Amino acid sequence: MTGRPDFLAHRRGDDVAIAVRDVPAGTSTVVYLDSGAKEGNVAVEAIRLGHKVALRDLEEGDDVIEYGATIGITSTRVRAGELVHVHNLRSGRWPRHG
Amino acid sequence: MAPTRLTGYRRSDGRVGVRNHVIVLPVDDLSNTAAEGVARLVPGAMALPHAYGRLQFGADLELTFRTLIGTGTNPNVAAVVVIGIEPTWASRVADGIAESGKTVACLSLEGRGDLAVVTEGARHAARFLQDASEGHRTPVERSEILLSIKCGESDTTSGIGANPTTALVVDRHVAAGGTVLFGETSELTGGEHLIAQRCVDTNVRRKFEDLFSRYAAFLEESGMDLMGSQPTQGNIRGGLSTIEEKALGNIAKTGSVPVVDALGPAERPSRNGLNFMDTSSAAAECVTLMGAAGAAVHLFPTGQGNVIGHPILPVIKLTANPLTASTMTEHIDLDVSGLLDLEYGLSEAGDRLMALVERTINGRLTAAEAIGHREFVLTRLYRSA
Repeated sequence: MTGRPDFLAHRRGDDVAIAVRDVPAGTSTVVYLDSGAKEGNVAVEAIRLGHKVALRDLEEGDDVIEYGATIGITSTRVRAGELVHVHNLRSGRWPRHG
Repeated sequence: MAPTRLTGYRRSDGRVGVRNHVIVLPVDDLSNTAAEGVARLVPGAMALPHAYGRLQFGADLELTFRTLIGTGTNPNVAAVVVIGIEPTWASRVADGIAESGKTVACLSLEGRGDLAVVTEGARHAARFLQDASEGHRTPVERSEILLSIKCGESDTTSGIGANPTTALVVDRHVAAGGTVLFGETSELTGGEHLIAQRCVDTNVRRKFEDLFSRYAAFLEESGMDLMGSQPTQGNIRGGLSTIEEKALGNIAKTGSVPVVDALGPAERPSRNGLNFMDTSSAAAECVTLMGAAGAAVHLFPTGQGNVIGHPILPVIKLTANPLTASTMTEHIDLDVSGLLDLEYGLSEAGDRLMALVERTINGRLTAAEAIGHREFVLTRLYRSA
């Protein structure tokens, strides 16, 4: 494959992709690991290696999908291209302190 | 490519080891000094100090015995010197090890003191070491090597790279008729249904679900949850946000094969294939339990960089995180960070790991063995009397 990707997504339908380098805000690429498909993406903020970018707009309380499964629930509205992490994503399993 | 010829140490109970250690095994905390004294006098013997073994009772005591006996009977061990403060529990451990056909000496400190026991223990250890040096490697089948897997200091690169690489080795090992252990009960939370679905029949599924719900009930009864502990601060620095995300990455290392059994901690597997074991997710506790169940080689994918080793198990550590690979080189056996750049695919990463597993089986030292990382940590079920 030509060109190193900025983000990898586990599979089509996932809401988030993983930064595989420190990605500055701006135009970037996402590769889907299940198909090898490559797409453009716009990170609206810098995303560090290993951290997640939202691939679509999410409302507060939405399930967030990665690996084709739920990894938690948004605690606020998240726009495509924003960092998804503990500040806007909480576990659905131990919600007590969420 | 011709398959690599594998060699190992065939033990009298039929199991196959990849190392030939003589160990000095304290039954309790009080016997650590004597065990270490023996290993100082006989540097080829290895002491396995640990923090417990007194005034335990019930299931917690049984687990300690099972762990100590299982470690002594592990096929990577040639012979054992057991030392305890008092003779009854020392004999219980020594007799349990001797049942496997292994050479064992049993010593106790009461009425003798450390110095006499160290002298006698050193004489045994020296002779065991000489005898073990004549043990030789013979050709073995891949299926005879019991593998175990556990990841640690995980981050999102674990789920993308190091764990699916490990999964390929799991699938190939099981396809060859081999057995693999995985555990980490707490770190299945959010993905436990995926493991339950892979259980080979309803009986195994029920066993797995019972073990998992007992753990969940323990958490519930304690009135606590694992926020602040799971994911760990290291996990969060690495980009993991929730226990569910961590669990899905964790499960990614178990491959696609069915789960053939659900075992208690340190329980020896009786069925070929992928076995679940109820363990803590703390690295050293988990690997210690798997070693006690007879694992001969451990695969340890890491993200942010775990440093773990084990006294008798070669622990092969791999990472797909390029920062970890470049900053913690003395701990990393295999760098698969090229997966992140799509320099190569999973299949090639799996081939590289498989080749390294084979070389490790055949005697290559792991990074942890080379620098002497020997974590040996007993799991406690509840406090002592």
